[in-house]
Amino acid sequence: MGEKKLLKGCEAIGEAAIQAGAKAFFGYPITPQSEVPEYLSKRLPEVGGVFLQAESEVAASNMLYGAAGAGVRIFTTTSSPGYSLMQEAVSYMAGSELPCVIVNIVRGGPGLGGILPGQGDYKQATRGGGHGDYRTPVLAPSTVQEAADLMIDAFDIADKYRNPVLVLGDGLIGQMMEPVEFKQRSTQVVEKPWATTGAKGRPPNIVNSLYLDAPTLERHNIKLKAKYDAIEKDERRWEEYGNTGKLDILLVAYGTVARVCKTAVDEMTKQGIRVGLFRPISLYPFPDAELRSAARQAKAILDIELSTGQMIDDVKAAVEGRVPVHYYGRVGGIVCTPEEVAFHAGRVIKGEQVYTIGEYAGLVTALTA
Amino acid sequence: MLSEVTFAGFGGQGVMLAGKILAHAGLDEGHEVVWLPSYGPEMRGGTAYCNVVISDKPIGSPIFAAPAAVVVMNRPSLDKFGSRVKPGGLLIINSSLIDATSDRTDIHVVRVPCNEIAQGFGSAKAANMAALGAYCGATKVVTVDSVKALVKETFGAKPKVLDLNYKTLERGWQAGEEGLAAAKKKIK
Repeated sequence: MGEKKLLKGCEAIGEAAIQAGAKAFFGYPITPQSEVPEYLSKRLPEVGGVFLQAESEVAASNMLYGAAGAGVRIFTTTSSPGYSLMQEAVSYMAGSELPCVIVNIVRGGPGLGGILPGQGDYKQATRGGGHGDYRTPVLAPSTVQEAADLMIDAFDIADKYRNPVLVLGDGLIGQMMEPVEFKQRSTQVVEKPWATTGAKGRPPNIVNSLYLDAPTLERHNIKLKAKYDAIEKDERRWEEYGNTGKLDILLVAYGTVARVCKTAVDEMTKQGIRVGLFRPISLYPFPDAELRSAARQAKAILDIELSTGQMIDDVKAAVEGRVPVHYYGRVGGIVCTPEEVAFHAGRVIKGEQVYTIGEYAGLVTALTA
Repeated sequence: MLSEVTFAGFGGQGVMLAGKILAHAGLDEGHEVVWLPSYGPEMRGGTAYCNVVISDKPIGSPIFAAPAAVVVMNRPSLDKFGSRVKPGGLLIINSSLIDATSDRTDIHVVRVPCNEIAQGFGSAKAANMAALGAYCGATKVVTVDSVKALVKETFGAKPKVLDLNYKTLERGWQAGEEGLAAAKKKIK
């Protein structure tokens, strides 16, 4: 066990990648994650790694594609508009079965949006994002410590499945300072016999995503599907917090909002309300059977997001109509407070109509005018 | 134990550093801590602020609708945060730069002339240390030794600056302690 250090989320992410044995970073600065490249520009050369600021996210992501093909442990960090620009290369890496870790510190959108926290990229993250029939595992930390831990795990998952892995945070995770301890790890040396490392003395390796022959491509697609099935079976992560069993209400939230909900759960529990929180940590694969089980004796679910409702489709699919699923959220960079969560959860419990996002934002504006 | 505070002021007043030192002190004393800065457009002019939470238990929300304590270094910060302090909470006002006060009777209002205290020891630049001292003196959330150790870590290379910060911190501490005692008499 190492010593606890007070680090910004962005610094912890950068350091965790180094602890995981990452050898190269190709990226392009964008708020609110520019502290990661700033940190790595100093730190990576110290450990003999390569730090390169590309001319754009498109270039950076294709450098990742190249380095991943050569078998190097590589990663990048970006924020929403930047991740959109990387989609072509992510699709090619998924098609070519290349391991790579990408961190998206999500901001408000669409378009350039703002730089404050958001969760509007959930569907882009969990459904592949680019073209073609592929998926990327998505891990969503809700503390700086967890960001560091998941960052290290992300590299192992990427190598294990030969697939890009996404770590999804937001500006709050990136900018906040919390104590972090980097767990001592035995450095895993992963053999990559498929990598294009120079063909001296062996037949050349080919890293490619082009399959013009239909039956061959179908076989490739089926192989990828088998991989995603294995991921869905073995890589599910979640946390249950607060009460379990018979519940007046079950909150479902991930990332930043989940920690806000934890405070709300504590406060509501003090008032005698039976409330629990289900926090998906892996957004793909979504822990659906586990959520269904947690919700078995809940009267209602309140899905809380910093989007107008994206994860809610997965929540509804998971509970298969057995529990009513309500939604509450804030957008535009506004993060709801524990008081706000408790207020809306209270309305659900009392059987009152939950405000729509527009109604509530209007109410807040009227109250504070 | 759970303490939540917002330090607010304009860019350059050192509110981020004051918050960081507080969070570090909390960590050094074995607590869970979170330091959350404002990083939005307000950083580029206007009000900059940070939230610090120190707790014995893992910390949930780093944001709160009503903070238990707010330290305001300039007038726009008072206008923005003064009304948000939790009833029974603490509002520390830098009276050197803020003539106005809060008319709230349900919170403890402590006025501390942060800039003047720091100026008295050599430079108004250390006003943030008076504010940090006032908050810690009023709440005793961390010990003076922990804070001093971190001040030394921050300014250690410059003995003159260190001395200025030490003295300003101590005087602020005393002002916070005495100010809260006086405010408690008033609020009763």
